[in-house]
Amino acid sequence: MNSGIPLELYLILATIMFFIGVYGFLTRRNLITILMSVELILNSVNINFLAFNRYLFPGKLDGHFFSLFIIAVAASEAAVAIAIIINIYRRFSTINVEDVNEMKY
Amino acid sequence: MFAIFALVIVVFSVFTVTSRKILRAAVSLLMVLIATAGLYFLLNYQFLAAVQLTLYAGGIVVLIIFSILLTSQISHKFEAVEWKKSIFSALAAIAGAIVVITTILNHTFSADTAAASEVNMDVIGKSLLGTGRDGYVLPFEVISLLLVAAMIAAIVIAKKGSPQIEEKVKINDSE
Repeated sequence: MNSGIPLELYLILATIMFFIGVYGFLTRRNLITILMSVELILNSVNINFLAFNRYLFPGKLDGHFFSLFIIAVAASEAAVAIAIIINIYRRFSTINVEDVNEMKY
Repeated sequence: MFAIFALVIVVFSVFTVTSRKILRAAVSLLMVLIATAGLYFLLNYQFLAAVQLTLYAGGIVVLIIFSILLTSQISHKFEAVEWKKSIFSALAAIAGAIVVITTILNHTFSADTAAASEVNMDVIGKSLLGTGRDGYVLPFEVISLLLVAAMIAAIVIAKKGSPQIEEKVKINDSE
């Protein structure tokens, strides 16, 4: 079932993915690409949860359901974020974070 | 198989955060999510892999591509990232990755000896709605509430300008 792949490989892969997401979050200046980096980060955390669940606690399903709930939260987060982005675009005609520097009050 | 998925994930993750064309970044994100679903299949969590494919790859990426089409010109190329910012961000990311990876490699994981439980729809449904020891009915209900709240919020936010805003715009125009 585990086909001989050590748990550490999954964890290292998730770590690399997480920090690529962090790099994108720090360097990107476009709201949608920042959102995409956040999705990368959430996804890597999901891999971690599932690998831990399968390798360390195969008799339980906690990690499985945690990942399920993370996916649901990510979906709602993306929906709200994109609504906000579209609203910002309507007001400022740009979604570059450096150009959006004025609040309502 | 794992090597292929890992390679796809790493390469397309880098593409996602460095590509200067936004639609290409979105497609790379799609590839990453699909490869992650492959990893879930490899771990024998078929249900979650299906959820990943439908919700992430089918839902979120389509949403992102739609918003890209609404807000940007596709042919538009981002200006290159300032090298100073790029280097410092890369340094921060690499330092963090090194710390985490050394911690992982120095730690010995001890596996639970319990027999592997089969993850089929029967088990998933019973524990999602169970109220007993391994039941998840409370988070399940909370997440359904969250989804309703997010849906309403998205509609309210994206709704064409509230009357207050339009009034303000009119006042500004008349001034």
